[in-house]
Amino acid sequence: MAPDVTAVNSARAPLSRFLRWDVLVGILLVVVFIGGAAGSPEFANIDNLSFALGDLGEIALIALAMTLLVVAAEVDLSVASVLGLSSALVGNLWDAGWAIETIIPLVIVVGAVCGLVNGLLVTRLGLPSLAVTIGTLALYRGLALVVLGDRAIAEFPQTYVNLAVGDVPGTPIPYPVAVFAVLAVITAVLLHATGFGRALFAIGAQVEAAHFAGIRVKRIKLILFVVSGVVAAFAGVVYTLRYGSARADNGSGLELAVIAAVLLGGVDFDGGRGTLGGVIAGVLLIGLLRNLLMLNDVSTEIQSIVTGLLLVISVITPRLVAVARQRRRVPSPVVPTPPTT
Amino acid sequence: MFTSSRRFTSAVAMVGLVSLGLAACGGTTKESVSSQAPAAPEQSSATANPNAPLKEGLKIAFLPKQINNPYETIVDKAGIEAAAEYKGTAKEVGPSDASASSQVSYINTLIQQQQDAILIAANDANAVCGPLKQAMTKGIKVVSYDSDASKDCRNLFINQASSEEVGRSEVKMLADMIDHKGEIAVLSATANATNQNTWIEFMKDELTKPEYKDMKLVKVAYGDDDDQKSFQETQGLLQAYPDLKGIIAPTTVGIAAAARYVSGSKYKGKIVVTGLGTPNQMREFVKNGTVEKFALWNPKDLGYLASYAAASLASGQITGAEGEKFKAGKLGEFTIGKDGEVILGPPFTFDAQNIDDFDY
Repeated sequence: MAPDVTAVNSARAPLSRFLRWDVLVGILLVVVFIGGAAGSPEFANIDNLSFALGDLGEIALIALAMTLLVVAAEVDLSVASVLGLSSALVGNLWDAGWAIETIIPLVIVVGAVCGLVNGLLVTRLGLPSLAVTIGTLALYRGLALVVLGDRAIAEFPQTYVNLAVGDVPGTPIPYPVAVFAVLAVITAVLLHATGFGRALFAIGAQVEAAHFAGIRVKRIKLILFVVSGVVAAFAGVVYTLRYGSARADNGSGLELAVIAAVLLGGVDFDGGRGTLGGVIAGVLLIGLLRNLLMLNDVSTEIQSIVTGLLLVISVITPRLVAVARQRRRVPSPVVPTPPTT
Repeated sequence: MFTSSRRFTSAVAMVGLVSLGLAACGGTTKESVSSQAPAAPEQSSATANPNAPLKEGLKIAFLPKQINNPYETIVDKAGIEAAAEYKGTAKEVGPSDASASSQVSYINTLIQQQQDAILIAANDANAVCGPLKQAMTKGIKVVSYDSDASKDCRNLFINQASSEEVGRSEVKMLADMIDHKGEIAVLSATANATNQNTWIEFMKDELTKPEYKDMKLVKVAYGDDDDQKSFQETQGLLQAYPDLKGIIAPTTVGIAAAARYVSGSKYKGKIVVTGLGTPNQMREFVKNGTVEKFALWNPKDLGYLASYAAASLASGQITGAEGEKFKAGKLGEFTIGKDGEVILGPPFTFDAQNIDDFDY
């Protein structure tokens, strides 16, 4: 049995070398888009696409920072709670008569502090980020509830609401999506064309090797968590203005959508591998697929089954490909060397 | 390493302080916004034609707070059945979670599908506002039911019962059963539940009338809409106030828990339990004599009325202005009240005679 499998895999392996998962997601995105445009007339019109893009704004923004973290083999599950805390603060302070121009920088600083707490716990105490940020997920959401209770604050100034819901003049692109596009380019350059980016991959692949190579692992990780907090707080401002409603429970569960997009985009959850292009394709694929299913009156249950399956496949496939490659490289079964001494 | 991170920390703090300082001088505040003259409300140019027939083939969509919520399913199903009466097509779509924002993507979808009317039970009166306004500018009629959206974001709100009527009628119902005499208590949901608090205010107001001078509200307890907690609160009330004659529980969870406690205790037959409940939850306690009667609106009628209201709007019979009248099939004629509100009617009273006619 085993030799057969090896033979089949080695026959497929050359193909799999060209078909990286992130490229596959990109192709799938194009297929969904073309299929959707052909199948439902409501899908490919500018209004709908503009809305669907705008609806992804916060997830897409947070996914940028999350990609950097996951590449460095960390994760931040508290992002949606930071978003909620930011929203609650915006609501509370606005209601108390503060100027929105003061509120926005302030909540971004609060976001940075939230990220700093995560980062210090992870880097100083050496705790796993999964555990730390599950804790702060509950903590920050709790703080949001303390700040705003079950109130909902509305009636934000129209100029700022327009910045969250309006389109860049002359285009169908919502402002938050434009901001995302700019940040995406910066993040892509940072991740794929700078020493900092290479350091992230090194940390994610082999943290000790990175450390011995002189990379300041803890400092870099701390910066990533702060960036994640800042982006999440900014997303909270966008979210609040876009929906015109500040609530402590805003964005509950959003962290899972973000991580789903990052994993779907082919970033290895163990770190060290992934591309930002893949993540952007992942975000768009989840968003457009959901939009398309909704337009065709597919029930919510089926929608989550489709996204769930896609995610499972995205996690399994690269592993299968990796196993296949490894087998091809080592055709004979590996004999484990017994430990010396 | 440690010093560098501390430097980094203080840098973050500095940036924050500087930006605060910069921003603190002047800016857009709540006051500065509200002091600007509000834009004159757009006058609807459409005129109502009360004699217009209901159009055939109307497409309407129900967007509940969340799908698979049994109560909303009954409402929406009745509305969808009503659409068949006027030869329209209706459907129910919606999110699986009742969060503030989840309905927004659905509204966009319904706009793209060019529905004739959207019926929504809003999870957040403001979060759905922008998209609903967009729908209205595209000629789609918007009717809220069960839970209202901001009033400039919909054409009509179908209110299941006026808060005042719910509050006052609860007191009347209890007073009739205890001969207008004795100590009473309220078992509510959470301390900050909007609906319940409004009703309780009207109950207190009703109790100030002379005919209730021998009745005294001794305590408002909160069961947090949690079955176990409501059960324990009932127990606590009866121990703390041995002369208690009646309990009003204006929440379906509370009334069922209170009835269950009383039904299995020595207080059965001595304490009157009433309030708002669903027939399926209360059937057992009405049958075994713990509860004589309780109230709720009829969710089927709510969906039916909302469906006809949407059809009347989409057919141009009404525009949503105060005083306009429309006919809602078997329920008869309704008049639009202030702020585009249509009230279904007084709460419906369930007792041993009629409870078996209902299954929800």
